[in-house]
Amino acid sequence: MVLENKVPQGKLADKWTSYKSSMPLVAPNNKRRLEVIVVGTGLAGAAAAASLGELGYQVKCFTFHDSPRRAHSIAAQGGINAAKNYQNDGDSVHRLFYDTIKGGDYRSREANVHRLAEVSRDIIDQCVAQGVPFAREYGGLLANRSFGGVQVSRTFYAKGQTGQQLLIGAYSALSRQISLGTVKMYNRHEMLDVVKIDGKARGIIARNLLTGELERHAAHCVVLCTGGYGNVYYLSTNAMTCNVSAGWRAVRRGALMANPCYTQIHPTCIPVSGEYQSKLTLMSESLRNDGRVWVPKNLDDAKAIREGSKTALDIPEEDRDYYLERRYPAFGNLVPRDVASRAAKVACDDGFGVNPTGLAVYLDFAAAIERYGRSAANTKGMDPDKTSKETIIQMGEAVVENKYGNLFQMYEKITGENPYKMPMKIFPAVHYTMGGLWVDYNLETNVPGLFCCGEANFSDHGANRLGASALMQGLADGYFVLPYTVGTFLADEIRTPAFNPNAPEFKEVENDVSNRLNTLMNIKGNQSVESFHRRLGKIVWENCGMSRNEEGLKKGIETIKALREEFYKDVFVPGSADEFNPELEKAARVADFMELGEIMMHDALDRKESCGGHFREEYATEEGEAKRDDGNYTYVSAWSWSDDGNHQLHKEELQFDNVELKTRSYK
Amino acid sequence: MKLKLKVWRQKSANDKGYFEEHMVTANEHMSFLEMIDVLNEELISQKKDPVAFEHDCREGICGTCNMVINGRPHGPSKGTTVCQLHMRVFNDGDTIVIEPWRAKSFPIIKDLVVDRSAFDRIIQAGGYISVNTGQAPDGNAIPIEQAVAADAFDSAACIGCGACVAACPNASAMLFTSAKVNHLNSLPQGKTEATIRVQKMVAQMDLEGFGNCSNTGACEVECPKEISIANIAAMNRDYFSSMVGSEESV
Repeated sequence: MVLENKVPQGKLADKWTSYKSSMPLVAPNNKRRLEVIVVGTGLAGAAAAASLGELGYQVKCFTFHDSPRRAHSIAAQGGINAAKNYQNDGDSVHRLFYDTIKGGDYRSREANVHRLAEVSRDIIDQCVAQGVPFAREYGGLLANRSFGGVQVSRTFYAKGQTGQQLLIGAYSALSRQISLGTVKMYNRHEMLDVVKIDGKARGIIARNLLTGELERHAAHCVVLCTGGYGNVYYLSTNAMTCNVSAGWRAVRRGALMANPCYTQIHPTCIPVSGEYQSKLTLMSESLRNDGRVWVPKNLDDAKAIREGSKTALDIPEEDRDYYLERRYPAFGNLVPRDVASRAAKVACDDGFGVNPTGLAVYLDFAAAIERYGRSAANTKGMDPDKTSKETIIQMGEAVVENKYGNLFQMYEKITGENPYKMPMKIFPAVHYTMGGLWVDYNLETNVPGLFCCGEANFSDHGANRLGASALMQGLADGYFVLPYTVGTFLADEIRTPAFNPNAPEFKEVENDVSNRLNTLMNIKGNQSVESFHRRLGKIVWENCGMSRNEEGLKKGIETIKALREEFYKDVFVPGSADEFNPELEKAARVADFMELGEIMMHDALDRKESCGGHFREEYATEEGEAKRDDGNYTYVSAWSWSDDGNHQLHKEELQFDNVELKTRSYK
Repeated sequence: MKLKLKVWRQKSANDKGYFEEHMVTANEHMSFLEMIDVLNEELISQKKDPVAFEHDCREGICGTCNMVINGRPHGPSKGTTVCQLHMRVFNDGDTIVIEPWRAKSFPIIKDLVVDRSAFDRIIQAGGYISVNTGQAPDGNAIPIEQAVAADAFDSAACIGCGACVAACPNASAMLFTSAKVNHLNSLPQGKTEATIRVQKMVAQMDLEGFGNCSNTGACEVECPKEISIANIAAMNRDYFSSMVGSEESV
């Protein structure tokens, strides 16, 4: 299969503008007759549904949540990037483009990333107009902070809950369209399959989660904004219901899963505390603006800390190894996530871990508290050198509280330790998936009429996403890209009448779904869905986690296959399919994760290089840094699934005409 | 730690509910919901129906989880959702009573799961600024005083969980509605529609059957995001002045 990326001709910086002004349009009178289904109501989905509704399309929007506002975009903490250059620190569209390409380890599509950087500025304007209460300076203008992998301050934020504020903005725009009648909202409906007619996506089968009833919904095209698949690892920072099913069902109907092995392990999460644990909690990357990461220099000290005979405060300054500052002086604690995570893993693998499991490093704010305290004293006309240490620390803590208060509070709630007094203990955890459905420049999959936006697609982050870029991409796709590009498909459909949901194609797919659910119900085995999910997560984490090797991946593929067989023989789903049944929902999702997990490992096996979040132990420099192989692997891998195990790999070669492929260095 | 749970079970809105007792072994590092997970795994292993409850992000921001624990929405810890409540606040041997949100406007779906769609409809009535995609001026075109932005943020921190309604003896939704109104009405961008917004949202709130506010203040005490009751006063002010000056009726 040839993957046509449909990137327009012309100079990189002009592509989007000239494409926009020459792409086919749909007239308002025709928009009213065209139906669009949007699945998912996170930043991408809510923004897309609202914008399409504003344009005049008839939109049907679906979420499995009880309200569109609960989608997991809401949990994003730190911020959203935009090339506004409000700080006058040399930022520009080109610099954001370049940082994102480099941050993604040269595995993303130039034209898509440049477009993202271009529209990033419009996003901030849009959100401000919607009433998003971003942080502001005393002068009333928007404030910024820094995130990893960049040397400018371009991150806009609303305390530690930027995601919630942006999502409320998109949700309010969506709510407005619902009240105007342009969007019909289906809460508590889960998409379980895509329906194709004559090769084009024309609808979905959704399950009403309250009644269990299967419903057929037809439209002229379908847009999936269904998020990432980090929960394949069971433990992740994702919400409990995040899943891959919408995307995976699309793959089973002919779409392709691109770069599934690119997963982001976030360096600063609260470490695992026990076997019962259901999820991991992120501590925002913004903390690395002020927190210093370290472990003890001496193995004996680390051992004493693990055994509880010493604490962080007992380790004198000269016996601490601020390893990120040591290894990467140019970026220090603000290296990109993949680099920071691997460095933490190395420190713990070498025996320097600082909690009982040996899987934690320190994130220490003492230096920042003192620095801010001195600055605050200075502002108040006190001489910092003559002010008592307690006063300085008190004043410094107040500044830190103002910046990160809710994160510190959250940390204390979960761990029972006060991070103002004792450094945080953190460890990397699965956070985001760069992989997703393959899409072209129009965000259309290889199935005509099936579009995919936000984390669910693979398009912009290459092999590693930079912090504060997920919110940017979700809103870019939803507000400023898809509403235009969907027209390239729909302009040819203006004479197509509405589709009949009673067409045989719909009945057939509904039958498939119903059989699938009945299969799960009828196994009536002895093990819970949750127990299978935990085991799956362990297999994927161990073999396809922070570092991978050929042997582990091959073993992982076999173990997953065996687990899948066991699942279909011995899973127990209580209740029935025709009622509110969260266990059945979970079973269907875990079943899909088990197939995805296998594809991830095939992809990781195929990619005999290390890049971004994909670290193959066999391909590393002597210093332990990732070693790319641009000669052989400068491609997007796009997988189709086959039940007999004969999964096919399709390749889209990546072309770099505007940036030079270099070894990524943050030293 | 060993705990006795008295959990509300109810098959559907039309069935009669009852308390069911279970013994659970937990440890102090677990979150409350992880303790419920343990109970449910146990029930499933006995081929029984697990307790239906809602939850998602488990980090206190999505507003999905909702349980009344020992008579208090989201349990005993201040400014904390159920998912962030940890077992270390309970003692070995405790009896814990777990109930759903109870309010006429939040009908029970099953066990601890309730229907909070009334909140969505209040937002749809006017909880937005009417600006289409692409129409916005530059983000810095209108400076906003830092304190104004911070106040708007404090109102906007509401996660729409409904604890305020569950806490209120009148099942009033004033704290939720006022937080939503104030978030937008206090910002320059939201001023244009401030009058019509407050009228429409209050009208919808009444239509949904929520009770009146009688200033007990329980909502503020139980709110996991510590939304201030001052929002209610501000909304009342906006509402009454809108009745004086507005030409448009809703």
